[in-house]
Amino acid sequence: MNDLTNQSLKEIVENVRLKKISSLDLTQAYIKNIEGAKKLNTFVTTTFDQALQKAKQFDQRPNYDQILPGIPLAVKDLFCTENVKTTAGSNILNNFVPSYESTVTKNLWDSGAFLLGKLNCDEFAMGSSNETSFFGNVINPVADQLVPGGSSGGSSSALAANLTPATIGTDTGGSIRQPASFTGTVGLKPTYGLCSRWGIVAFASSLDQAGPMTKTVTDCAIMLEAMSGFDEKDSTSINKKKEFYSKNLKDNIKGLKIGIPKEYRVDNMPKEIDELWEKGKKILKDLGAELIDISLPHTKYALPTYYIVAPAEASSNLARYDGVRYGYRSQKSKDLIDMYENTRSEGFGDEVKRRILIGTYVLSSGYYDAYYLKAQKVRQLIKKDFDNNFKKVDSILTPSTPSSAFKIGEKTNDPVSMYLNDIFTVPVNLAGLPALSLPAGVDKQGYPLGLQLIGKPLDEQKILNIGYAFEKNCGFKNKIKKWWS
Amino acid sequence: MVVMSKEKFDYFINGEKGKYEVIIGLEVHAQVLSNSKLFSGSSTKFGADPNNQVSLIDSAFPGMLPVINEECIKQAVKTGLGLNAKINNYSVFDRKNYFYADLPQGYQISQYKNPIVGEGKVMLDMPYGSKEVGIERLHLEQDAGKSIHDMDPSNTYVDLNRSGIALMEIVSKPDIRSPEEVNAYIKKLRTIMRYLGTCDGNMQEGSLRADVNVSVRKVGDKKLGTRCEIKNVNSIKFMQMAIEYEAKRQVELLDNGKNIEQETRLFDTKKNETRSMRSKEDAHDYRYFPDPDLLPLTLEKKMVDDLKKSLPELPDKKKERFIKEYGLSPYEANVLVSEKAISDYYEEVAKLSDKKLAANWMMGDLFAMLNDKGLSILTSPVSAKNLAELVKSIKSSEISGRIAKEVFEIMVQSGDNPKKIIESKGMKQQSDPKELEKMINQILTKNKDKVDQYKAGKEKLFGFFVGEVMKLSGGKANPQLTNEILKKLLTG
Repeated sequence: MNDLTNQSLKEIVENVRLKKISSLDLTQAYIKNIEGAKKLNTFVTTTFDQALQKAKQFDQRPNYDQILPGIPLAVKDLFCTENVKTTAGSNILNNFVPSYESTVTKNLWDSGAFLLGKLNCDEFAMGSSNETSFFGNVINPVADQLVPGGSSGGSSSALAANLTPATIGTDTGGSIRQPASFTGTVGLKPTYGLCSRWGIVAFASSLDQAGPMTKTVTDCAIMLEAMSGFDEKDSTSINKKKEFYSKNLKDNIKGLKIGIPKEYRVDNMPKEIDELWEKGKKILKDLGAELIDISLPHTKYALPTYYIVAPAEASSNLARYDGVRYGYRSQKSKDLIDMYENTRSEGFGDEVKRRILIGTYVLSSGYYDAYYLKAQKVRQLIKKDFDNNFKKVDSILTPSTPSSAFKIGEKTNDPVSMYLNDIFTVPVNLAGLPALSLPAGVDKQGYPLGLQLIGKPLDEQKILNIGYAFEKNCGFKNKIKKWWS
Repeated sequence: MVVMSKEKFDYFINGEKGKYEVIIGLEVHAQVLSNSKLFSGSSTKFGADPNNQVSLIDSAFPGMLPVINEECIKQAVKTGLGLNAKINNYSVFDRKNYFYADLPQGYQISQYKNPIVGEGKVMLDMPYGSKEVGIERLHLEQDAGKSIHDMDPSNTYVDLNRSGIALMEIVSKPDIRSPEEVNAYIKKLRTIMRYLGTCDGNMQEGSLRADVNVSVRKVGDKKLGTRCEIKNVNSIKFMQMAIEYEAKRQVELLDNGKNIEQETRLFDTKKNETRSMRSKEDAHDYRYFPDPDLLPLTLEKKMVDDLKKSLPELPDKKKERFIKEYGLSPYEANVLVSEKAISDYYEEVAKLSDKKLAANWMMGDLFAMLNDKGLSILTSPVSAKNLAELVKSIKSSEISGRIAKEVFEIMVQSGDNPKKIIESKGMKQQSDPKELEKMINQILTKNKDKVDQYKAGKEKLFGFFVGEVMKLSGGKANPQLTNEILKKLLTG
């Protein structure tokens, strides 16, 4: 058997079930890859000893009925993991070891998987290039000096470099879909409320949603099945029956109506993106889907709306990092106020500070109505745009990002141009919808590009089905060469 | 019977430049009676060791989320119904953002624009008649923890046991006009909540605290003056002292042509004065916004209806009934409904004995004894049943009122049934006319000279004869019969 880490999750699971590979072999293979990939800077923490022990335990008493039998997984360092350091990419949580396990990771472990390590990410998931992490930027395995996207950049990079068979990220404004697009992988942001937020370090509570990042659509369905589910500990969790996404995966999409929103053709968009979009439309049409031109008139307000709502919530969510009970505390303070100021000045990086300032500003008395309240109203209009169109279409096809992966440092001095990267992904978060980013092609430099399928609330199965059919007919193959070891 | 005189309201501050009235509004923080906190499963029991009732949610660990405690919602709705207030079927939890060491989240979850309970009213019984105080709103919020500054010279200690406990903030309209009315208002609120079982009203344990808003204006002025808010006062006495001080301070300022600054003040209980805490310019900007971790709260009509049906009889209704059913005066009824346990006790006594006499005995000897011993009605050594027996014995002339007081004393000490005491100590009243006549004749024979003097017109000697009869009978002679027979024999 050639390199088993090159396989999809589905293949690996099948091979484990067929006893062709043991959990221990699998785990050792990934550990070897990880040790050889330090240059990519994907891991903040590794838990090899623990993983090897779990693998041995599985091999001794295998349970093949589980969805993820004996599968080692690395996860974004935003998920709290019991007795394993959880940093959220920040200095302020550099020493934080939770005594509890997030619901989503617990669901994975209950499905047979175990932890390989914690993956780098933008600080508190604020960023689109993984350059804001206290632990340094992550490199895209596609090419040296290329960003892996963000904020789940460690996740996308580790996945594309075969350092984990699948992974999970969180998506507040595109943090799963954009890095997936930049690394030629599949990323799904589920419907808001499908996956529990309990135990995930919060960025913007009304937008945050955990989701799978995988090599294939089938893998994505497997992971979603394992990680999702109602959780009474999260008041915004949706109480619904569990779905079996992988078993119900179908590639017949004949007659489905696909909306093509004219507002997603933005100024100065590279020609390649347009061509990619055309390619996607053609594939779906050839599969028997019906393309329908639609309009989402409030799309242009999505980005400014997002950059009011998300920082506002973040400014409040991050108030708990004050040095009083856990995490980093500055030692050189003379009184309480001084301690707050020093702790937070030294504990947070620039991007996080920038967003706390924006958020504090838009919530201040005198500005609340003009910014926050107005943004909430616009958010409703954006949601209504989608609602209206979903009366006549099953899914909406758009590009995932306005460009391919950019160079490290290229946008760090221009926050607005960095924010513009989220232009196609944020409307989905504002409306609480599910959306799938699929690898669909490459630009002229050979860097991957993604297309996005947006679905109705809780219609994950349908966009996975469309993605599944698309994947079979797209012929995209990630051609990553192992240049880093 | 005690009759209240219709006094006139008279609480004004006489300044140099006129007579001022004092306008008071209260924001009462009442701790919800519930086993667990507003958004977590931690216990709310008072008096645990520091930081022993703190969950990951109460201490705001990363990724922790609040989940509403339905019991607290019901308690707030019940309280709202008890305040004759509008129940809002849609309400929203907001975040009130500020930094403090005992506020783990960096925000307090509260209700800002959409409280669970809207306008209502409370009736006060004042010596000058009934007085209505409007309720502006009632909302639910989390309590903060406690900072302890005096345990260590260089550190502050934080106890988070209280962090996250549910509070009801009950905001009155500026309808209160005197420290006396503050007293009546707080007591009335407390009575209502104790009847409902929604707050224990225990001020020593901090279950009931208030922010007091005070302003003054010249009598006759329509416009409200600038108010100052005195924060977190935890006893009625301190509220009254703070108001008196603050009102005088404001009048003095106005008399001297100065303006009153809108500010938050603290009441220093040792110096008996209020002090500026922060001015309006320094006021926090709390940056309220709806908590995205919680969905808006919608109440089902059925739940509210069920709670309405399950409400106990509340003090105002009970008072009306006591007046009608037991023939009590409004004052008596008022005292006897002031606590649910007292009203229950009264009803038990009244049903078994005499309504009026029962009220007199409770409000007289029983309350005096409880007060004296520092006991409550629930820990009274005299049970309702025993008091009823005693009242019955008086009513049936089995014992005299004077003997009854002796019996009562023994009941307090022994907890015994009065029948048993009367019998074992032979305290029954002598009401046999023949026996009494025998006794009286004996005394008249012994005091012939005094009988002559009486007959000669020295009528005040009558009391002397009564006294002698009482002495001879050991206090057991029926006073009424003794009088009758004495009169007959002396004139005969």
